[in-house]
Amino acid sequence: MTETVNLVKSLADKYGRYHESLLPILQGVVQEEKYLSEEAMVEVARELDISAARVFGTASFYSFLNTKPMGEYVIRVCKTITCMMHGKNIIIQELEKNLKIRVGETSHDGKFTLLETNCLGQCHKGPAMLINDTPYTDLTLEKIRDIIQSLKKGDLVGSISNPLN
Amino acid sequence: MPKKNLKRLDLIFKNEHDGEKVLMKTLARPAQEIVNYLIISGLKGRGGAGYPTGLKWKLASEAEGEMKYVICNADEGEPGTFKDREILSQVPNKVLVGMAVCAKIIGAHQGFIYLRGEYKFLLQQLNDVIDDFHVWTNKMGMDFRVNIFLGSGAYICGEETALFESMEGFRGEPRNKPPFPTQAGYRGMPTVINNVETLAHAFSIFKYGPEMFKDLGVQDSRGSKVFSVSGDTPIPGIYELEFGMSVQKFVEDFGDGDAKAVQVGGAAGFCVPRKKFVNTKIGYQGKLTGESLPTGGSMMIFNSSRSMYNVLHNYLDFFVEESCGQCTPCRVGTQQLLLGIEAVKKGERSSDYLNRLLDLAENMRVTAKCGLGQSVANSFSSIVENFKEEMIY
Repeated sequence: MTETVNLVKSLADKYGRYHESLLPILQGVVQEEKYLSEEAMVEVARELDISAARVFGTASFYSFLNTKPMGEYVIRVCKTITCMMHGKNIIIQELEKNLKIRVGETSHDGKFTLLETNCLGQCHKGPAMLINDTPYTDLTLEKIRDIIQSLKKGDLVGSISNPLN
Repeated sequence: MPKKNLKRLDLIFKNEHDGEKVLMKTLARPAQEIVNYLIISGLKGRGGAGYPTGLKWKLASEAEGEMKYVICNADEGEPGTFKDREILSQVPNKVLVGMAVCAKIIGAHQGFIYLRGEYKFLLQQLNDVIDDFHVWTNKMGMDFRVNIFLGSGAYICGEETALFESMEGFRGEPRNKPPFPTQAGYRGMPTVINNVETLAHAFSIFKYGPEMFKDLGVQDSRGSKVFSVSGDTPIPGIYELEFGMSVQKFVEDFGDGDAKAVQVGGAAGFCVPRKKFVNTKIGYQGKLTGESLPTGGSMMIFNSSRSMYNVLHNYLDFFVEESCGQCTPCRVGTQQLLLGIEAVKKGERSSDYLNRLLDLAENMRVTAKCGLGQSVANSFSSIVENFKEEMIY
């Protein structure tokens, strides 16, 4: 069995094999593999005994359930109104310069994917972005350079802006 | 109407350390009495729609179903709203107590918090709180468990029936109403679904009684509300204020001295231009003087340096992406509104075309299946009508 098949099976064991388990299982696959491959979706369909079209239909509806390969770090920059007012475009430009990719692209080493997304619920601290699940807020050009540099070096994410503190 | 001094408050975020005691005392009361408490208090849903909370619980308690559910809607996706995140990170116990009391009244044994995917970073912390909460409920012999269901980045899932679809493993496409969730909600069973803030207010009502809550706010808009303030303001953040405040007063307190418009209620809400600040009150539509605006609490301030065309363009972009695509008025309407204002701006269409777009928006209000498509007209019409020159030149 391939890794993906094993992963889907363990997720189905954990969340159950009900309709209600579909989203948690798909989220679990994305967590591990960064995206939903055809193999994964077909396997999920088999485990839950539903059609693969149904799995794809659900997966393709949700913006966080990627059906295309993604980088190790998925960067989602908020493009909704207040982040836009507070300089989202300059932040994007700096990210593109530092990562040498454009919005919608993945770096050649598979490390970074740069995306725009809708409101992250950090409007009072805009501009804001998510890197994987961690929010980064009150972004400045210096912060962007620091964050990207530390990620390129392989440092842990999460120390720069932890909204819980 | 008598003048009343509306003030800032600190009820929701006040740390109460007696969650367990409040839960125990409230559970000991007859269900009927608790529901009456909520009805007397005048608490209405804080997600924006404003349905009376006590009535919702009453209907679900009377509904028949082999299972019933309590769901806390934490899919806070409206642009400019971030209060629920703060409530869940600072006072999650109030929300859980609200859910548990609701569960007892309607006869539910399972509760869910539908947490938007963007707030996944709260997951670990919330699960720890829920574990502690289960220790309380077990001690009280209560058969009630709460689980977190994580969303995956879809604004429409904040719409209650789309949220059920999402939990059931489908695309987040809203259902027809009726039946309403209190009759047939999650898995077709009677379900109470409340906004995070509503449940936290319910806690205060259990603890302090309905009169305290009723004394706050104005007629038809009782109590306090948590507002998320952003945009051109020196003090962005979260503020709890009494209902019934005028936009003028709000701008004096929060604006940067140069506010030309305030968007009340997010992209799905209304744009209030400077000339209407004085006569517009923030509260549920009822017997307020002048115009009144219901709101989920999003308040975005724009100063005179902002182009309202850019603002509207951003909102429409948002709706085009977030429309679920199920019904034609919303799927096609949002796209045509966006293309339409672009064409007018570029001079490809005459300014009269804006009137046709306004007609289209009003059509969507009548024909769209759910609140998303119906409310596009709110921001579209209020921005286009009040800032026509900015749309054309």
